[in-house]
Amino acid sequence: MSIKIFVPRDSAALALGADAVAQAILAEAERRKLDITLVRNGSRGMLWLEPLVEVQTEKGRIAYGPVSPDHVTALFDANFHQGGKHTLGLGLTEQLAYLKKQERLTFARVGITDPLSLDDYAAHEGFRGLRKALTMQAAAIVQQVTDSGLRGRGGAAFPAGIKWKTVLHTPATQKYIVCNADEGDSGTFSDRMLMEGDPFVLIEGMTIAALAVGATQGYIYVRSEYPHAISMLNEAIAAARLASYLGPDILNSGKRFELEVRRAAGSYVCGEETAMLESLEGKRGIVRAKPPLPAIAGLFGKPTVINNVISLASVPIIMARGADFYKNYGVGRSHGTLPFQLAGNIKQGGLIEKAFGVTLRELMYDFGGGTATGRPIKAVQVGGPLGAYLPESQWDTPLDYEAYTALWAVLGHGGIVVHDDSADLAKLARYAMKFCAIESCGKCTPCRIGATRGVEVMDKIIANQDRPAQVELLRDLCDTMLNGSMCAMGGMTPYPVLSALNHFPQDFGIKESGRVRKDPATGGQHA
Amino acid sequence: MGLDYDHQQVDFIIAAQQNRPGALLPILHDIQDAFGYIPPDSVAQIASALNLSRAEVHGVITFYHHFRTTPPARHTIQICCAEACQSMGAERLVEHAEKKLAGRKQGDCELQPVYCLGLCAISPAVMIGEELHARVTPEKFDALLKNLGNKP
Repeated sequence: MSIKIFVPRDSAALALGADAVAQAILAEAERRKLDITLVRNGSRGMLWLEPLVEVQTEKGRIAYGPVSPDHVTALFDANFHQGGKHTLGLGLTEQLAYLKKQERLTFARVGITDPLSLDDYAAHEGFRGLRKALTMQAAAIVQQVTDSGLRGRGGAAFPAGIKWKTVLHTPATQKYIVCNADEGDSGTFSDRMLMEGDPFVLIEGMTIAALAVGATQGYIYVRSEYPHAISMLNEAIAAARLASYLGPDILNSGKRFELEVRRAAGSYVCGEETAMLESLEGKRGIVRAKPPLPAIAGLFGKPTVINNVISLASVPIIMARGADFYKNYGVGRSHGTLPFQLAGNIKQGGLIEKAFGVTLRELMYDFGGGTATGRPIKAVQVGGPLGAYLPESQWDTPLDYEAYTALWAVLGHGGIVVHDDSADLAKLARYAMKFCAIESCGKCTPCRIGATRGVEVMDKIIANQDRPAQVELLRDLCDTMLNGSMCAMGGMTPYPVLSALNHFPQDFGIKESGRVRKDPATGGQHA
Repeated sequence: MGLDYDHQQVDFIIAAQQNRPGALLPILHDIQDAFGYIPPDSVAQIASALNLSRAEVHGVITFYHHFRTTPPARHTIQICCAEACQSMGAERLVEHAEKKLAGRKQGDCELQPVYCLGLCAISPAVMIGEELHARVTPEKFDALLKNLGNKP
């Protein structure tokens, strides 16, 4: 019988040399006249172990990593293809603590299946949700998604069911499903891993959304920085269409849904939903005023469901296993799981799908094992470049949308970037302003001009020019940006800036965070 | 390296895409994929095919960081400068790369900042052409650069 060996084709594995490892394994197997089947799977998400090679044995899959091409001969000498002992051996993959402690719902198949095999997908519960949805009325699908408590995983955490309901009840000749895969936040890669590791689940989720609201056309807007995800999705869409999971007559139901990948062009603000719509329409990615909501007048002026990759990819399991199954994970009003992404200066970085309620400390120490540099952790940015920096006093707060709002922080898309004690938070605050200045779409003044003034003010603070007055000015500027910007770009840039200032005033050369105010945004709560 | 503007080829690209809704970005991508950049001479051609003004097409090209209007260097090296990579020394890597590349002949390598390649747990990340590299130390960067020398 052929021996099954898995070498990931996830971008992270490729960036660490997975292709060369795969080639070396094929060459060595041929030299030894061994009959092997090489599967290019997605990543298990234990990124410090990539390239992580797995071998199928009778007991289960056995992992070896991180493997380099130089190891391959020795691995074969050690009979790794039958699960033999080697210093890189990690044991049964499923038994590894990092994986075992997770609750993988959305990522249930990622790293396990061949991402482009429809048979593999179907053998692992694939298309069960879609088949169920095809037997249901549109309103019942929407109800099930509403009952599951699923909220938008892109960052805004808006209840998915409510958005879908609006689109369902807005009459129109054409409706659209748009998947926001413009994952531009630093520290996030769950969309990428999912698109590369299990593209069919996204296709299935979007098809269910289409059935739920009566849409016939869908777009996946993927950033140009993700070439592998783009080609993976294109291949998966072609395969799904050929097998009638997409197209003019989905599984003989008479229902139609077409799907197309659109490549973004390197603009961060196009991750904002209305800027993304403009971009899809072939225009500059300028933010639109709301109302009208995209659910009523979205792409090309038609009712449009816009959801993030992870939101849509969570729908199939909700349909297959029921709303309660999903809802019973999590805490408070944060139901289900979030694929957290542990990144930055961390020893064991990767993807950790957990129910809401886990704490930063658990993620960073129990999973992450502390910093990569071995120095103490100083600050953690949660939720991307527009998320707050959290000091140690906040690391035990459960990761839950409402608990984070109370801290004047955000969960966002679940990205966690760890910084050690060599980080200078004033420099990071300056960077937040600079990033906003580079990426602002320019539509509204607080963001377009505020960010540039913000960089100047930060330069003066760093250079110790009239610090107290400049800090006052910085707070005033942040207040304008927070309350006067049209979208989260300008409106949330103050989160990293003010949290850095409030929690790490010494980095700004001041003793404390200054005035005490009731408004947390201006420092009161943590002063 | 970019190719010279070819009116007929641009026409082919436009014809293949122009009936799609929101065709401008797909057309610009295809042109840049074919020529390495958006030749300025193609702007009027695109505008007329899509019934847009040249200003609108110009506005779109210049809005997006990805599009360029000049031929690229032989190798484009993008170093991620976002927070996760900063936490692992991206700034030092950029300084090192700038010094290293200063000695190379013009038009050979172009260094660009990029804000996130989605390799945030194995920082710092670098993309050369479409090839990804992670945990890039200055030493690893030098080795990558040396490899480039051997490539056509």
